[in-house]
Amino acid sequence: MAVQNETGDPPAKSRGGSVPSFVYDPVVRGYVFQFLLAAVLVWLAWDIASNTAENLQRANIASGFGFFDDRAGFEIAQSLITYSSDSSYGDAFIVGLLNTLLIAVLGIIFATIIGFLVGIARLAPNWMLRKVATVYVEIFRNIPVLLQLLFWYKAVLSVLPQPRNGIEMPFGANLSNRGMIIPRFIPQDGFAIVVIGFAIAVVAAIVIARWAHARQMATGQQFKTMRVVLALIIGVPVLLYLVTGMPLEVEYPVLTGFNFRGGIALKPEFIALLLGLSIYTAAFIAEIVRAGIKAVSWGQSEAAYALGIRPSLTTRLVVIPQAMRVIIPPLTSQFLNLTKNSSLAVAIGYPDLVSVFSGTVLNQTGQAVEVIIITMAVYLTLSLSTAAFMNWFNSRMRLVER
Amino acid sequence: MTTQSISYVSTAEIPSSPPPGNAKGFPAWARQNLFATPLNSLTTILIGLFLAWALPPILNFLIFDAVWFGDSREACIVEGAGACWAFVNAKFGQFIYGRYPLDERWRVDLVFILFVIGLVPIAIPKVPYKGWNALYLLLVFPILAFILLCGGFFGLEAVETSLWGGLLVTLVVAVTGIAASLPLGVLLALGRQSKMPVIKMASVIFIEFWRGVPLITVLFMSSVMLPLFLPPGTNFDKLLRALVGVALFSSAYMAEVIRGGLQAIPKGQYEGAAAMGLGYWPSMYLIILPQALKIVIPGIVNSFIALFKDTSLVLIIGIFDLLGIVQLNFTDPNWASPVTPATGYIFTAAVFWVFCFGMSRYSLFVERRLDTGHKR
Repeated sequence: MAVQNETGDPPAKSRGGSVPSFVYDPVVRGYVFQFLLAAVLVWLAWDIASNTAENLQRANIASGFGFFDDRAGFEIAQSLITYSSDSSYGDAFIVGLLNTLLIAVLGIIFATIIGFLVGIARLAPNWMLRKVATVYVEIFRNIPVLLQLLFWYKAVLSVLPQPRNGIEMPFGANLSNRGMIIPRFIPQDGFAIVVIGFAIAVVAAIVIARWAHARQMATGQQFKTMRVVLALIIGVPVLLYLVTGMPLEVEYPVLTGFNFRGGIALKPEFIALLLGLSIYTAAFIAEIVRAGIKAVSWGQSEAAYALGIRPSLTTRLVVIPQAMRVIIPPLTSQFLNLTKNSSLAVAIGYPDLVSVFSGTVLNQTGQAVEVIIITMAVYLTLSLSTAAFMNWFNSRMRLVER
Repeated sequence: MTTQSISYVSTAEIPSSPPPGNAKGFPAWARQNLFATPLNSLTTILIGLFLAWALPPILNFLIFDAVWFGDSREACIVEGAGACWAFVNAKFGQFIYGRYPLDERWRVDLVFILFVIGLVPIAIPKVPYKGWNALYLLLVFPILAFILLCGGFFGLEAVETSLWGGLLVTLVVAVTGIAASLPLGVLLALGRQSKMPVIKMASVIFIEFWRGVPLITVLFMSSVMLPLFLPPGTNFDKLLRALVGVALFSSAYMAEVIRGGLQAIPKGQYEGAAAMGLGYWPSMYLIILPQALKIVIPGIVNSFIALFKDTSLVLIIGIFDLLGIVQLNFTDPNWASPVTPATGYIFTAAVFWVFCFGMSRYSLFVERRLDTGHKR
């Protein structure tokens, strides 16, 4: 270009005479592009909507959300609320949603515990522990989670013996091909007092911890917060429990005929899903924890030692707070992954949202559009609210640099 | 007195004596790494006990008690039998090709070979002509693969996609997903960085939507809702519908990976490109993207691993990928035995594991190679 201009060829400016200059104006171009994109999107949406309407009409499928009040007419194996086949589709939706949330919350708790243990074990001084943790991570991270779920469900839990010959577990629990039966705790009359006592103890512990912290900040005097708090939180409920005459009855499962009576029955689908999701996600969490701890440079610990801070306090006050800043963002995205992966329940028949709603309800009503939009909306709400929380958290925890 | 010399002066260097026996070799290593402190020793002993308890049954099941040869379930239903490898042996063809016609399987083999020919040189950093290689992989190979696999051209017998299965489908879904999601992901990532509000908004909504929903609902959507979206009477292939869903889903993740690379490019590069008089597309194509994509190769490989694992979900909408076809074969009465499911799942897991572990090692290798000057 430059050479051409020097040799006297018509420079770009002279072309401006034949073509209006605003064609080259980036602002004008920007508006044109945006308008074009918007037009294409609107046209696409319109086309899809009209096609869908026509297709639905041809197939004679009702539209709208009226089906929510209709009678569902199918049973659900596990439900946190009272549900029968006479309940409505709306109730079925809530059952599915609650089941999804249940598995997500329990899975997150287990995955976090296993993940932190394995992640710390990968940095342990013991060679054997390190290797075992590495093998765990590399095996479970590289196998599809669906395959793991199916493995636990069909290759492990299904081939367990009958309840009669089931594997005896501690505390009267029993593991068999019908799942796991655990004892049920039935609170008696005075139990509310224990619960209230526990709540008061927790509040008192928080107040004491705040007071101790404020006093230490002001005067430098330390207070054995940990011991007092533990004594309060554990001691008060135990004392009340004994005083009120142990108002908690344990119902052990009893084998009658071919199955158990009493206790809480955990279905094999539930166990397989919980096991598979926790173990799979824990492998990722372990890597996140390891990376987070390694991200805190060794100089930080050395500086703390130089100041005379004990190793245990160094870990608690110097390393962990800085590591958490690195760990928490990817950790929440793993929590979200676990929640989304819980939709694989449909493969092993655990009645979660996708299985109940996008499966049975969709097949019965045929209202694919509404059902799938609602399902997606639920997951989107979960994801976006987590993302919003993350943004808030990140802005709060961001390193304030000088 | 003065003549008396110093009693001893060595004239030669004294050979260094060997370290004490307990400071070298295995004992020293074991003391440092296994028995350094009482707690450390306890951990070692507990893990040793755990391994002694857990490993023998696993090894017995996988190797020593396993049934390696046999023509039917009779071989595997004997008391105390381990893994039924005879089942895998008998069904191996199905696991790889699905129900692809026996006489046409050479076409699948040829596609595998063509793929490897393109993939190996692009994965080795020293091999030249990366541009042509990429062109082959992203343009020539898909066309060849399509012609060979689908047939219907040049006298090749047409093979319906409902007959495809096994590892073939797994690889087709994964490779198509990644190949389609790369260009889409680049466009979305650029769109998200754009200063034009409408384009930015559209990209953000698209990315966040697909990232916010589970793949399984996307697959349900593509198999149930996609036919409704199209003009009445259009009916297209089930596998293709799944591929559309997978491609859209993975392009959102790819966009986020590539956005990471775009953000890592210093501002001076953008300004330098602008100062050279390059417009938006030339500056992106010549300056920014080559650097950004190079940085995110590990990220791309990682999202490919995730996608590869996620391909197994297509079995839920009735497409028989590797896992699907293995599961389908559990119902074969000729091979039904208590150990067949475990054997099949372990085999499938091993195949997936080899692919994913290999890729993650490759991504680590690239990461180390690229770790030269970009980190600040």
